[in-house]
Amino acid sequence: MGFLPFAVAVWLFVIGLWGVVSSRNLVRTVLCLTVVQSSTYLVLLGVGYRTGAMAPIVADIPSTSKLVDPIVQVLVLTDVVIEATITALLLALVVQAHKRFGSIDPEDLRPLRD
Amino acid sequence: MSHLSALPVLVPFLAGPLLVAVGFFAPRWFDDSLATLAALAVTTLCVLLAVHAAPHPYAYWMGGWRPQHGVAIGISLSIDVTGAGLAAFAGVLVTAALVYSLRYFDAIEGLFHGLMLLFMAGMVGFALTGDLFNLVVFFEVMSAAAFALTAYRIEERAPIQGALNFAITNSIAGYAMFIAVGLLYARTGALNMAQIGAALSSHHADPLVIVAMTLLFLGFLTKAAAVPLHFWLADAHAVAPVPVCVLFSGVMVELGVYAVARLYWVVFAGPLAPHAAAVRAIFVGLGVVTALLGAAMCFLQRHIKRLLAFSTISHVGMLLCGVALLSGQGLSGVAVYVVGHGLTKAALFMCAGVLLHRFATIDEYELHGRGREVPVVGGLMAVGALLLAGIPPFTTFMGKSLLEAASSALPGYGWLIAVYIVVSAMTGGAVLRVAGRVFLGWGPAEGPHPEQARAAQERVDEERGPRGHTPVLMVLVPALLLVGVLVLGLIPGAVPGTERYVHQFVAHGNYPAWVLHGARVALPHVAPSHISAEDYAYGAISAVGAVLAAGLGLFGRPLRESLPARLRRSGQNAVGVVRGLHNGHIGDYIAWWSAGVSLIGGICLIALH
Repeated sequence: MGFLPFAVAVWLFVIGLWGVVSSRNLVRTVLCLTVVQSSTYLVLLGVGYRTGAMAPIVADIPSTSKLVDPIVQVLVLTDVVIEATITALLLALVVQAHKRFGSIDPEDLRPLRD
Repeated sequence: MSHLSALPVLVPFLAGPLLVAVGFFAPRWFDDSLATLAALAVTTLCVLLAVHAAPHPYAYWMGGWRPQHGVAIGISLSIDVTGAGLAAFAGVLVTAALVYSLRYFDAIEGLFHGLMLLFMAGMVGFALTGDLFNLVVFFEVMSAAAFALTAYRIEERAPIQGALNFAITNSIAGYAMFIAVGLLYARTGALNMAQIGAALSSHHADPLVIVAMTLLFLGFLTKAAAVPLHFWLADAHAVAPVPVCVLFSGVMVELGVYAVARLYWVVFAGPLAPHAAAVRAIFVGLGVVTALLGAAMCFLQRHIKRLLAFSTISHVGMLLCGVALLSGQGLSGVAVYVVGHGLTKAALFMCAGVLLHRFATIDEYELHGRGREVPVVGGLMAVGALLLAGIPPFTTFMGKSLLEAASSALPGYGWLIAVYIVVSAMTGGAVLRVAGRVFLGWGPAEGPHPEQARAAQERVDEERGPRGHTPVLMVLVPALLLVGVLVLGLIPGAVPGTERYVHQFVAHGNYPAWVLHGARVALPHVAPSHISAEDYAYGAISAVGAVLAAGLGLFGRPLRESLPARLRRSGQNAVGVVRGLHNGHIGDYIAWWSAGVSLIGGICLIALH
């Protein structure tokens, strides 16, 4: 494994940002945001990964077994909950934008033009 | 006492969802009183924590999971006077905003109160936590509540767009910080800030630590709206309900600066000690750009809430300079200034709320002379403007004087004083100009960009347009906040006391001792800073400058028209370019965010390696 998950994480972060920057559709923008967030899962899980180790469920395996780091897995769970919240909130806003503006293209959402 | 430590976070976390759950069928008085009582209780608890931590700071370990031999498995609330004091300050502003809301909204449901309390839970937890991962999670909690509050008037167009821009920008900042937490955990095997700091203190600044530092600092500076990560702020402030703006500008944005200071002194001061000069130069530079761009944009606005929002960006730039000086005196100035500025800005937003409530518009030119109906509010706004300009000898002046003293104490940074004066004069002058035009009818009634007047129309309630009265409570709350600014800095011992607690905050080696080993760390003895005649002179220059700037804004049209045509045109072009950048397009905002993070990250990697 080694360097690979981190390289993929950087790629996901950058390509997700590019998606948000170039998006002409707000649903796509929100999905690109989840791509950015996927990079955080990879970094956290990559940090705790050990080759040949088992899932950190210690109830039914010998205590001497080699385990991956459970802390980062807990962090990822929290991260997933946050993603679910933010994505749901954003998609609700997009639905509302479609009702009020009749469009979900960021180009058309310009009441704040200054 | 020690179990009380968790209550300031728990109370709003329990009361908030309860209010959302019962909000649809509970009567309004129930929502109002439960929310206000909860906010008041949390504020009191935070004050108690600050008093308890005054002799020596302490850590509270959730579930009794204390550290063993300096290794923390559990999650701590690491409570010192600075953190608890900031939490109490957030509590005061939430309480004030809720009391103001009693009469501001005609119709409101428990959802609003519930979200306000969740927002409060996030802010209080953010100020008290000792765990890096929890810091980022509390950041997300307060963000999620803030996004929803921004879009509270969901039936209108502008709030939807403002909330989308706010949510997308701040979420990306949050994800960058999750990556940084992962990197620091990989390097140190710890999540408690004290333990990370202890592990890194003998470590050199390798690229991994620098990348983690950049992502964390720029993540929090996105919340604090440093240029070019700031674009969301004006959009969100322009559309959020006024009581929410009070919290955004009064304390949420400043919490971003607090997190940078906390992380620098606890986590990164060890490895970055040999590079302090470079760190100082980079972040002072960022602060100066933020301060000046914010001040210029502030003066150019005619939408009063946007004007106040850009003033916040400008003042955050000043605060960032103060933190970046990396001295106890500079951070003391920041602490005093946060209180003075937060209360002043909260009061100014509440004054703007009175205009919105009464006239259903917030456009400076549309309101020309109409404010004569509520002269008291005009008086409050003028006082607020002068306090924003740092008129001696009140709280904002005290904070600014400490910043000035800290800047001139460092060789090569004395010129920052000029930046502070320009910022104070321009932002104070812009607000004074608004007060003159709206409440006295001074200056022309037609301004540039008349199409912007439409964007400034906003109804407080769905069914109600303009109305003929202003509730007394809506004037009383901002008046009390301004009295706070006038009085707090003059209380004997308040400013020197702040300085001592801030010097405790910046003692890098002490933090792990009291968090991980339960050591009783005594308060350091610090000679109180002396306010010199020069500081009074700078304060007077800022205040006079604000009056002159306001005069120029009101009566300066003949002067501007007497300029040579070519100069005038190039000036207008420059203004057009800067305004055009703030175009409300989320893709452009994120492009600026990415460019800013890459540029500053690149500079940090080169300069600090």
